[in-house]
Amino acid sequence: MNRFEILRTGRAGSNEQVATPGAVSHRDAPPNPSAAALSDKFGSAIQRREVIWGETIVYVDPAKVHDIIRWLHDDPSQQYDFLSDVTAVEYRDAEVPIEVVWHLRSLPYRRFLRVKVQLPKGQPLEVASVYDIYRAADWLERECYDMFGIRFRGHPDLRRILMWEQYKEGFPLRKDFPLRGRFSRSEQLRQSLAQNPEARYSMEELSIADAYAELPEDMRKRLSLGERTGE
Amino acid sequence: MGLSAPAEHSTVEYAPESQEGWVATRLDFLVNWARANSLWPMPFGTACCAIEFMATAASDFDLARFGMERMSFSPRQADVLICAGRVPFKLAPILRRIWQQMPQPKWCISMGACASSGGMFDNYAVVQGIDTIIPVDVYVPGCPPRPEALIYGIRMLQEKVKNERAADKGTRDEMEPDPTSQLYIPPSVIDELGEPFGNSVNQTRSGL
Repeated sequence: MNRFEILRTGRAGSNEQVATPGAVSHRDAPPNPSAAALSDKFGSAIQRREVIWGETIVYVDPAKVHDIIRWLHDDPSQQYDFLSDVTAVEYRDAEVPIEVVWHLRSLPYRRFLRVKVQLPKGQPLEVASVYDIYRAADWLERECYDMFGIRFRGHPDLRRILMWEQYKEGFPLRKDFPLRGRFSRSEQLRQSLAQNPEARYSMEELSIADAYAELPEDMRKRLSLGERTGE
Repeated sequence: MGLSAPAEHSTVEYAPESQEGWVATRLDFLVNWARANSLWPMPFGTACCAIEFMATAASDFDLARFGMERMSFSPRQADVLICAGRVPFKLAPILRRIWQQMPQPKWCISMGACASSGGMFDNYAVVQGIDTIIPVDVYVPGCPPRPEALIYGIRMLQEKVKNERAADKGTRDEMEPDPTSQLYIPPSVIDELGEPFGNSVNQTRSGL
């Protein structure tokens, strides 16, 4: 059965029922068939499986997460072709590890799978980037890095996205981050006014390469020096 | 401080001891009358206040009645910066740059609780009042303010413009930020303005 046939009929095979559930039980809903397929394929790399409100959560080995998501994306029986979200969860309990979460959706099979890895605190928070599988991971991983400080190995341009790049106060969504930030208001304002909003843009991005001669003197000078943010 | 009766504006006071010529005061009156009735706003809308600002500009409330129908999306042709909505720290240098690009004479309306004080966003990301970045003439309270409230603020600003004197050089002072810190008011004042208030003091620490 080819991909377009699956899309048209809304079901992957004749033996599989695809239905929109009405009332879903809290814990007893049937798991996503991809979870069992993952256990068959990857064995002990699939650590745990939960079904909550009809949504399947698979806890996987951090070292294998890239292979697993690659397989979920490429395998014809899975076809998770849409990455909804990449985020992280930190719990108040200092013993509980930080979780990184991928929300994967298979449009042909109408499946939703939540993949989680647990990263113990006290170790470097690092996990493989899925940028080479989904381009959508670009900004999602940058946001996750910005807010939680999780480094995505293999991301081509991992820098802050919501806060400015020279932001020094840490990672705002971590539990040890005070609500108002670490610095005084005047220091925060001083640092934010010191940022250079133009610096990150290259000439090509600004589409001003042709009009270079007409730019103001100081801007030409700064651009000719190849100014970047200088982190 | 409220609006005074419109009748006051039809007369010009002249004090001979002020060393100002009669012509100068009459000219002030004319210039101020023209300026106050043709303020071009630069809308800096970042949040829900901007929706109310759009409603103010639309036909029901009709900002054009006050000579403001021409939204100036370039700061270089603007007279009034209307900051509608919360300003995060990342936007602070941009707001500062826009203000510096506006030619004199210029005024600023801080519209809504967030622009005026940070509002409910007493957190790591939001500037606690845009008056820590740029000077503000009129604060319009509300969350968001109704169009009537914004119009009231605009009328207050018009009254302020009508009372300006060309001989008073202080009204045209350009903000000069400290070259090292880029702040234009002392840091201690900013800290005081950014102090938590109400029950939000309990939210400072996350418990860890």
